[in-house]
Formats: sequence, C-alpha cells, structure tokens
Amino acid sequence: MVDARVDMSVTLADVELPNPLMTASGCAANGKELHRFFDVSTLGAFVTKSVMAAPRSGRGTPRMAETPSGMLNSIGLQGPGIHAFVENDLAWLKSVGARVLVSIAGGSSGEFADVAAVLRQSPAFDCVVGVEVNISCPNVANRGLVFAIDPLASAKVVALVREQLPRDIPVFAKLSPDVTDIASIASACVKAGASGLTMINTLLGMVIDTDRMRPQLGGLTGGLSGPGIRPIAVRAIWQVRAAMAEGRFRTVPIIGVGGVRTGRDALELVAAGASAIQVGTATFNDPTAPVRVLRELENLLADKGFDTFTQAVGAAHRRQEVYR
Amino acid sequence: MTERATVNGSAPLGPRGGVVQVTGELIATRRVGAYQHLTFVAPGVAELARPGQFVALAVGGDTSANLLRRCFSIHKVSPSGTYGGTVDIVVAAHGPGTTWITRLAMHDEVDIVGPLGKPFPLPNEPVPCVLVGGGYGSAPLFWLAEQLAAKGCHVEMVLGAASEDRLFGVVEARRAADGLTVTTDDGSVGTRGWVSDVLPQVIRLSQAGVVYGCGPMGMLRSITEVAAAQGVVAQVAVEESMACGVGVCMTCVMPVTGPDGTTRMVRSCVEGPVFRGDRVRWDAFENGYGLVPADAVGAPTETGH
Repeated sequence: MVDARVDMSVTLADVELPNPLMTASGCAANGKELHRFFDVSTLGAFVTKSVMAAPRSGRGTPRMAETPSGMLNSIGLQGPGIHAFVENDLAWLKSVGARVLVSIAGGSSGEFADVAAVLRQSPAFDCVVGVEVNISCPNVANRGLVFAIDPLASAKVVALVREQLPRDIPVFAKLSPDVTDIASIASACVKAGASGLTMINTLLGMVIDTDRMRPQLGGLTGGLSGPGIRPIAVRAIWQVRAAMAEGRFRTVPIIGVGGVRTGRDALELVAAGASAIQVGTATFNDPTAPVRVLRELENLLADKGFDTFTQAVGAAHRRQEVYR
Repeated sequence: MTERATVNGSAPLGPRGGVVQVTGELIATRRVGAYQHLTFVAPGVAELARPGQFVALAVGGDTSANLLRRCFSIHKVSPSGTYGGTVDIVVAAHGPGTTWITRLAMHDEVDIVGPLGKPFPLPNEPVPCVLVGGGYGSAPLFWLAEQLAAKGCHVEMVLGAASEDRLFGVVEARRAADGLTVTTDDGSVGTRGWVSDVLPQVIRLSQAGVVYGCGPMGMLRSITEVAAAQGVVAQVAVEESMACGVGVCMTCVMPVTGPDGTTRMVRSCVEGPVFRGDRVRWDAFENGYGLVPADAVGAPTETGH
C-alpha cells in the first residue's frame, strides 16, 4: 500500500473538482443505490442517468446480453422526466453533498433546450457542476440515427443547451465512436460552445441468441460497453486531443469513459488526454468500482512519481513527441 | 476470510442500507440432483438476510471476461456458524458464469453482494400458507417455511419439476412443512402433471390465506391465477435476468401495477424480486419477451418512443 500523496484535484472548464473520478451516465442510476456501498459525495462528480422532458418507460426485455469483457444494453432511456428528476433525484444528490454532472437527452434539439431550462430553474441546481449533453442517444426525428454522427445536428444541440445555462456551468458533449472522423464532430461541438467533451458513448452492436435463432435483445441492437471497448476510447481520446494540439479547434477538457475497470485502465485514458474519468460498466461487476479506481489511480500515480494528477493528462502525447 | 474492502485498503464497509459486499469463502459444495448446493462464509449477509432476498456473485475472478453478476435467491443463512455467518445458494449450470460457480473448490473465494431485494412479506396472523416451488426455485421456501411455522402458521408445500432429478428439497420439505405434495411432468415421482394441477385442492383443504411461489415465470403466472380463483393472495418471487443486482443497470425491469392502479416498468432487483402476483402484468410476457404495456407510464407512442 503506497502512501499516496498525489494532488488529485482537477479543474474542468473553471469548475474545480477534488478528484477526477466520476460515475458514467446510465451505469449508476441516480445515486441512492450506490450510496449503500460508498459515499457518492466523495466522487469528483456523480453523473446521472440521461433525463428527457417526459417520463419514459424504456424498452421491453431482454434488455441486455453479456459479451466478451463487456455487455450490450438496450434500455431505451428509461427515466422519470426532468420535472420528477429535479424534484426527487437531484434534490437527494444535493442533500448528500454530491457534485452532480447532469446528463440530458432529447428526441429533438428543442427538447434538449427545454430539459436544460427546467434544470436551471430547479432549487437544487446549485449542486450541478456541469451538464453532459447526450447527443449519442436515439434521435426519432432522424430515423433512429444519433445526433453525434452529424456535426451540424451536434452543434445545434450544443448551442441551444449552452443558451439555456449560466456561463459558469460547463457543457460537455458526449460523443459516439461510431463515426468516421470523431475530431470533426468534436470540433463542431467545441465551436458551438461546448466547454468540454465526454468520450466515448457505447458502440452499436448486436447479439444473436443461437438457441432461439433470433436477436437476443428486444430492441434488436444495443450499446456495447465494458473493458472490451477500452482501446476504442483510448484511440478516440488520443485523436481528439491531437487535433486540439494541432490547433484544429480550441483545447477543452476531455472526460474519458469506456471500459475502465482499474486504476491502470484509467491511467491509460488519462495519458491519452482525458482530464477526468468515468467508470461505467465495471460498476455492475463491482458497485464500489468508481472509488476503488480512484484509489488505485492515486497509488499508481504516486508509484510513478507524479505530484499532481494533472501532470499525467496527455502524458503519452509528450512521450510520443520525444520519440519522434 | 477477508472482506473485500479491507483487501483494497480501506475500512470494511458497514451494512449501509442493509447490504454488504464481502469476499465469501466456499466451505461446502455438493451435487443435489441436477443442481449444485454451495455454502459460503459471508460475514454480514446472514445477519441481514430474510427469506426471498438474493445475493449477487461476481464470477471468474478479478480479471474475468464475464463482468455481469449472477444472482441467486438465498437458500438459507446461518448467522453464527463455526466460521462466521454463512449463506447457502443452489445453482444450475446453464452458461459460463453458473458453470464456473458449480466448479468452485473448497476455500475458493467469491465476491458476494447481499442481501438484495425485498423479502417475502410474512402474515401478521397465524394463517395457513401454501409454498410452491418449481425446480430449484424452491430454494428459498424452506427457510420461509420455518419462519412461518415459528409464527404459528400451518405450512403446506408443493414442489414441482420436469423430472425427479430436477426437484429440489423434497427431504427438507418433509421436515419444514406440515404437508407436502410433489408433481413431475413425467410422473417419475409424485403426481404426474404441473403444480397448478394440484394447487387448487391444496389451497382448499388447507384453507390457505396466502400462497407463496418461486420458480419460472409461466409457473408464477399459473400460481397467481389459481390463487385468485380461490380468493387467495399470491406472493411470487420472479426470475428476471440481471446485470448488476443492485438497481443501477435497469435491465431486470418488468411491468407491475402499483397500489395507485398505474403500471410502471420496475426493477425486479430493488422493487422485487417478490411481488404480489396480481400486480404483475403477466399479459406482457410472451415468447421470451417482456413487452411494455401500452398503458404503462412513459410507454412508447405511435410516433416513436
């Protein structure tokens, strides 16, 4: 056991957090369940399940399939709607002292803006340290495609949400890896006013139930997550960080997410350019995973001689330059 | 025997919210018909658990490629065993996770979270009860029978399975219950047929006030219908596949009607696994799918979700 003495604090778009560890949207519900296992206020931020304007049942079952080092899910954004969310869930998170990154979703860009407006007006808004715009969710108006594959659609959502929120509340756009050039989507979001980016959302996948010889999920396709997709997250973060360094668009913080199960996994995303880390699917395996990863990351950074967490952000880019 | 939290270098987790995460040590494992019956030392779980609750086991060790927890109803607990509190489960090897569990050797360690979910509600009065188990779904019923008997309830058990080797706990049932009826699909033992064939008579003769059921969904639906026809409430423990067991993944949902008459997609891991049978929307279950009833809160509309 290393006597960790690394300064783990990090500033994300002018918001200072005591540490870079977060839950991942949709992998932690809205806090009460995990609070039985660890104090959610010890996280850098708690990220809530994407909330839409109205209550939503989500899809039927089966909703999940286990995959090699991961899983496929097809929940369908089940949720209480923004009004019940701010009244119950956000108020509870505030009551336990959590810093909250609220994930919002919409079927249209207007719905995103409406959800942000209700959030801003809620009495519990002062526990909100940022808004994560889930543009990688199903877009009904666009025949099942997601906003995040289209730079213009992505930019429109980000701009409308930005307008609804005070300037000191950062807006993070959550990107999909299912695109040809993720840097161009990142660029569109940053130019539209995103204070930062969250990468990556799940990949679209499918599993066939070979006993029944039909798709295993009721929703046919689903989002692939877990350690199996970690190399894709590392690649996406690396590419976007490199594009910022090349001056293609303004440098903003990246929240890394995708297949993090251990402190070593987190460090990989950090070295690729992530300034914060979300732990998602690993929480299903170990409900204490977010705080365990924090502890492991801190010990690992101490072992490697880092004094501060931020020294490690993007470190692999600098090493690569030396190699050149 | 170490608690996981201690291994990770912090104070052991307390029973916050009535649940603990511990490293369980296997101290007994034996084949019972088609199933494997395992006993783990799992400090904290036994002290908190009640019949109907379940435990969620991580499988394959720390670097396992099978990330999702496997959930099992608690067969029994012993809060003060020689090695500390123990918890028993019954497992059928279906896939890689359950196969891994059935192959565990003595003193192997497994990460266990529990107890989870809502237990069977117990009657306030000493009313006669019928406990119905399908296959190894009967696992939690013997412990329930003991608690009901302690309250002065007359307890009848009905155990059913496809064949004799798929019955679980016939000997235990003879000890724990006042009366036992066994059915098998193939007639290899007991009455040939389904539990729902004998249940009406068992309810009538025992003048039961409550029916408890645990087993496959189709059987739970029949139990609910038979109980309703006899004017009796059924309390059923459902089986839905779960990824986490603790309420965060949203995969184990099913449509259940609340006291307000409204149907919602609820998580069977936290709002169940025990539901009043007449509250479950059995009409939504079809051909391996669980559909969202059109009248459920937030159900998809014609124009898309």
